[in-house]
Amino acid sequence: MSDTDLSVPFRQRAGSALGDKHLQEALTIATTKFIGLRREAFGEFPEGERLRDMAREIKEATLQHLDRYVDQLIDSVERLGGHVHYATTPEEARRVVLDIAARTGARLAVKSKSMASEEIHLNEALEAAGVIPIETDLGEYIIQLAHERPSHIIAPAIHKTKGQVADLFAKELGRQVAADPEELTRIARVELRQKFLDADLGITGANFAVADSGTVVLVTNEGNGRMVTSLPRVHVAVMGVEKVVPSMTDLMVFLQILAKSATGQKLSVYTTLVRGPRRAGELEGPDEFHLVLLDNGRIRQIAGPLREALYCLRCGACLNVCPVYRQIGGHAYGYTYPGPIGILLTAMLEGPGSVKDLAHASSLCGACADACPVRIDIPRMLVELRREVDEARIASWTERLAYRLMETILASPTLYRWSKPLARLLQRPFARDGRIRSVPLAFGEWTRTRDLPAVARQTFQERWPELQNPTATPGSSTATGEPCDRSRLAPESGHPRPKPDSRHPLQ
Amino acid sequence: MVTCLGDMFFPEVGVSVTRLLRRLGVTVEFPQGQTCCGQPMFNSGYHAGAARVAARTVELFRDAEHVVVPSGSCAYMVRHEYPALLRDTPARAEAERLAGRTYELSQFLVRVLGKTRFKASVTGRVTYHDSCHLLRGLRESEAPRTLLRNLDGAELVELPGGDECCGFGGSFSVRLPEVSTQILDKKLRNIEATGAACVVACDSGCLMQMGGGLGRRRSKVRPLHLAELLDGDER
Repeated sequence: MSDTDLSVPFRQRAGSALGDKHLQEALTIATTKFIGLRREAFGEFPEGERLRDMAREIKEATLQHLDRYVDQLIDSVERLGGHVHYATTPEEARRVVLDIAARTGARLAVKSKSMASEEIHLNEALEAAGVIPIETDLGEYIIQLAHERPSHIIAPAIHKTKGQVADLFAKELGRQVAADPEELTRIARVELRQKFLDADLGITGANFAVADSGTVVLVTNEGNGRMVTSLPRVHVAVMGVEKVVPSMTDLMVFLQILAKSATGQKLSVYTTLVRGPRRAGELEGPDEFHLVLLDNGRIRQIAGPLREALYCLRCGACLNVCPVYRQIGGHAYGYTYPGPIGILLTAMLEGPGSVKDLAHASSLCGACADACPVRIDIPRMLVELRREVDEARIASWTERLAYRLMETILASPTLYRWSKPLARLLQRPFARDGRIRSVPLAFGEWTRTRDLPAVARQTFQERWPELQNPTATPGSSTATGEPCDRSRLAPESGHPRPKPDSRHPLQ
Repeated sequence: MVTCLGDMFFPEVGVSVTRLLRRLGVTVEFPQGQTCCGQPMFNSGYHAGAARVAARTVELFRDAEHVVVPSGSCAYMVRHEYPALLRDTPARAEAERLAGRTYELSQFLVRVLGKTRFKASVTGRVTYHDSCHLLRGLRESEAPRTLLRNLDGAELVELPGGDECCGFGGSFSVRLPEVSTQILDKKLRNIEATGAACVVACDSGCLMQMGGGLGRRRSKVRPLHLAELLDGDER
């Protein structure tokens, strides 16, 4: 499996993504579609806003007493004949699954889509232990064939065009394959059918687990989740510990907004409710059922600055609307969870040092917070992470010096006043008609692709004395003769710049 | 509050704001010693520095009845970040008072003064870019549109993807300039497709970004601050 090379700086990884034509095509098509579908789904659903508030409140309240709900969940699952394992670290979680596989003599595992299993790098561990993992979600199946990782939380192969998928299938099958989504799906279905029947182990994630009933909930669109949870002898669900919800009533709140946020569907095609192993008299279901609850840094954040990130439903809506994700896709981020929420989750799982650069991979435009079904204030937490990075002094010394200098100047009106003539002096070799097209040092990052306005020959503060007297009309020389007139702002001929007049208030 | 970008790069915006407000009978004062609201430092995580600058700003505007800011992001900073940023300082109470009296320009015109009819300084089609902090921070999309729709002399055409970021994002624009530029390119293609002569915004940051890109492509489309557009000849 090819991982993103983290020794390459983030900016460079992002740059490569910008230059990848297939990626750009695939991302534009998919994210645009998702955005439209989501907007439509909530547009037709007036209760949506209220349900989002409710969902957020349920998450808040559940985290307050998470220990209680986890205990309740464990009791419920055990009462149904299932087993619950608590894993503090990814190693522990992998060990649990490998032990189950070894004990049951499993050789082949079918998996439905699970980010938690990605988080603990389960597939590699299974392979190393001689168990073959087969991804059965179409997107996951595609990227498994390509030896890649998911680049989106719900659409793992979002970075691939249908042409690329056809090429991949053709290589695998050794024959020509048309770039037709229906045909490609049919091929995957045929390939996967026998795997479902042969598998010893079914591995899934879980979108929710209901504390009072012990129900593990899978939200899928392809029906593979049902096959994985009902055909193999053993079912193992791996779930982040924060995904427990108190009751079925609470679950209904989430189900009404999850698919709408993710794909714009009213509900996903399949909502699979699993309650323990097969009971006496039942025709379907596994002999054994295991639920692995994964902490991996989550519990610590209940009282931490990233607490809200624990509300996340993994719908992917924030990725679809993020202008940065839409340009660079998921792999450039370099970790299991991409996009705006991914930066927070990475900080949670790997520590704030890991997101020194990623914390700045956002223009703080707020589209993510608006799209989030549980209204996680992602921009605020990104700023919070940036603050942690500053306080831990892990930013470069040049950056810290620059901000210290900025602070000194902006905290002193005198220095600020004198910085302007200084800037005008320094910009003189570069400025023409009020624009700077090329400039050295950090500003060069700006001017490589954009003009920079020059510091005005007279700043507003410097003009204020003449503006101060409301009855003294600033002459046309002031209005049009603004020396640094941004020529592109100058009025078109025939529409003279407005004559300033302040003597006759409109009212 | 003229803002640092407004002061240094776009002084005409401040001049237009002054003229507009005076014409409406507002007494305009400009407290001396203004520098910046602290947002650049705050957003980059340098909160101690931001708090120092914010405390100065709070003090400067102590006596103002209303504080009008021709920039959505700076108004957002004062309204929504100052109280928490200065929570543990002596400036706390004053910061909260300032937050409640600070308005972005279009909001002040429409929601405080109730003025919606202005004469445009240019004619023809204009399009409007929703600045992120005004739209999603201050939750304002209507006030600027009300002003633009009622403009005497100019016609508003909606910008496809008008609510999407222009790619500025403060230091983001130079930390990840390639990504910032690609986001901008998309914005500029949408702007040019409207056939508008001007793209109007209520934030100097967006205007610097879009203006910088339009200038570089030698586009005929002009970036214009709302204040400049509303500042037409008096009827």
